[in-house]
Amino acid sequence: MTQEWNDRKTWMSLLAKVPVEALALAWDEADLGPDYRWLRRPETGAVMVRGRMGGTGLPFNLGEMTVTRCALELADGGAVGHGYVQGRDKGHAERAALCDALMQTEARGAVVETILTPLATQAAQVKGQRAERAAATKVDFFTMVRGE
Amino acid sequence: MSTIAAMKGGFNDPAVDAAHGFRALLNAMAMPGAINDVTGAVPVAPLSVAAGVAILTLCDPETPVYLAPSHDTDAVRDWITFHTGAPFVGPSHAAFAIGTWEALMPLDQFPIGTPEYPDRSTTLIVEMDALAQTGATLRGPGIRETAQLNLPDAGAMADNAALFPLGVDFILTAGAQVAALPRSTKIGER
Amino acid sequence: MYVAVKGGEAAIDNAHAWLASERRGDTDVAELSIAQIREQLSLAVNRVMAEGSLYDPDLAALAIKQARGDLIEAIFLIRAYRTTLPRFGLSNAIETADMACDRRISATFKDLPGGQVLGPTFDYTHRLLDFALAAEGGERPEVATRPADPAPMPHVTGFLNRDDLIEQEPVGDDTPSDLTREPLEFPATRALRLQSLSRGDEGFVLSMAYSTQRGYGRNHPFVGELRVGTVAVEMDIPELGFAVEIGEVQVTECETVNQFAGSKTEKPKFTRGYGLCFGHTERKAISMALVDRALRWKELGEDNVGAPAQDEEFVLSHSDNIQASGFLEHIKLPHYVDFQSELELVRKLRAEVERSQTAPTQEAAE
Repeated sequence: MTQEWNDRKTWMSLLAKVPVEALALAWDEADLGPDYRWLRRPETGAVMVRGRMGGTGLPFNLGEMTVTRCALELADGGAVGHGYVQGRDKGHAERAALCDALMQTEARGAVVETILTPLATQAAQVKGQRAERAAATKVDFFTMVRGE
Repeated sequence: MSTIAAMKGGFNDPAVDAAHGFRALLNAMAMPGAINDVTGAVPVAPLSVAAGVAILTLCDPETPVYLAPSHDTDAVRDWITFHTGAPFVGPSHAAFAIGTWEALMPLDQFPIGTPEYPDRSTTLIVEMDALAQTGATLRGPGIRETAQLNLPDAGAMADNAALFPLGVDFILTAGAQVAALPRSTKIGER
Repeated sequence: MYVAVKGGEAAIDNAHAWLASERRGDTDVAELSIAQIREQLSLAVNRVMAEGSLYDPDLAALAIKQARGDLIEAIFLIRAYRTTLPRFGLSNAIETADMACDRRISATFKDLPGGQVLGPTFDYTHRLLDFALAAEGGERPEVATRPADPAPMPHVTGFLNRDDLIEQEPVGDDTPSDLTREPLEFPATRALRLQSLSRGDEGFVLSMAYSTQRGYGRNHPFVGELRVGTVAVEMDIPELGFAVEIGEVQVTECETVNQFAGSKTEKPKFTRGYGLCFGHTERKAISMALVDRALRWKELGEDNVGAPAQDEEFVLSHSDNIQASGFLEHIKLPHYVDFQSELELVRKLRAEVERSQTAPTQEAAE
């Protein structure tokens, strides 16, 4: 899978959704460990998820989900990274923010190669496998022709 | 997108600093006329430290904020957005309003609550040059006999108190000091 | 007379300790892990998330473990926990049309783009106990796969929409009011009704829906579409100035297509009921759609036949199992004073009755 990784939204969205352990493993693998200062220490909170009436109409409140966020500034160069991730794992938010910050530096190539690309591939595999299982439960109708 | 300046100057230890800030604001509201020192916020100009502490302590995405012309700058907006997530609105929908007394006027542009929900009113954070226990005489709940405070406009604030149980409440800030004037306080000349 | 008493601290502590021990059960049996509950009791986890109104499978699994499997107690724990969380904001509305569907069926159209996808359903099982599951060490069965069709799965109601055969949903982005923040007032908006139903008790919502099917406010529903799958949740990040996905949630969505004979102002066309819940919770989502439709009688110009499911005050005030069990269960806690006064009242009334019964005989004697 090839991906451009030009859009900050794309990598932040991926980092928000990847399993905690998968990001931790990839982060250790990348061995980047830059110095940084907190702009906002990791905090866990809730986001109210909204749906739409009839799927397409006016919004309504469905319920909340847990989210952990943080912001930091790299000591070297001062790139700012934001982490907004699903769940309550503060380390997850921290690693996501570090990746976000490093994507704005010369370390970008290493982040793409050792973290983003493998994680995106894994996520696509998981999604693809589920879709293939769903496809196997799709009903093929047979029409019974009666008479002539 | 927020600038780096907007992301600095928040509470260092949000839970503890906000608890201290809340206690100071609670003391100020409970004892009108008392002047409390606060610390922990380093907001962008022209916000005072005390106004910064009040904002970080009290505001969140569910408390719409009105910035009076004296304080309505991109830097202030970005700082409040990053640290609290509070949305910005006009005076008629504000839970909190921030500015100098002159910039916040007229007072009747703010909601004063309803008989069923008197709390659906604005709390004004009034930035002042200095706070001093001189000037208007205060009486009422939280005051043993009388207290004195240099109110920006004793007449208008007395009119507000006459609306009780409706009306707005005031947090008065100067530098790193905060005092408060709830709607329950009666204001006399001496 | 009433004497104030206090006490029971030691008894309460001991009761809690015993509770913890009973929760653990026989220590010769392996302890349940949170991951086991999350993975193997996932439908219980889903119910706790839907009615606890907080999407976090690990927390819901923990709550189920702590509550010894009492799901309403687990929902209570989740509701209590969520009040401690700061709210970062509101998501953009999720796009269920973009759902990665595990399951998607329609009872109204056999052949539809994307097809009938059964997913992991109980529907065609025989409801015979499977004793093979009682044996330990079972392998995870192989699951068949087939190349997936990347084509989108449009909403079924969209087909009817094209021909103007079904009512249009008004569109917009108004911020809906939130019953977890402001007290519920009647009449409630549809947004508030849907929020309330989505977190309402499954048993209650199911019973209300069933009552409409049996004739108490009948609204002739067809399941136009039922879909289960994951959707991304996107939120505007103010400090960034753009929206990012902050996660993804599994949801169940049900759209019913209901008969509508028309009114003085409207031509006959189909109407809609809507259900959307966290997790794979299809019984709940279908029930929600039926009750949503029943509650819409006024806006559709239908008659109020006095059915319970048409009465929004009745439905919304009684759908929340935490409110209900809180009020219900408090009556088992000490009411010594209330009861003492009742006791005295009954004694006094009895004494009066006894006096009046003896009085006439005295009169006669005189």
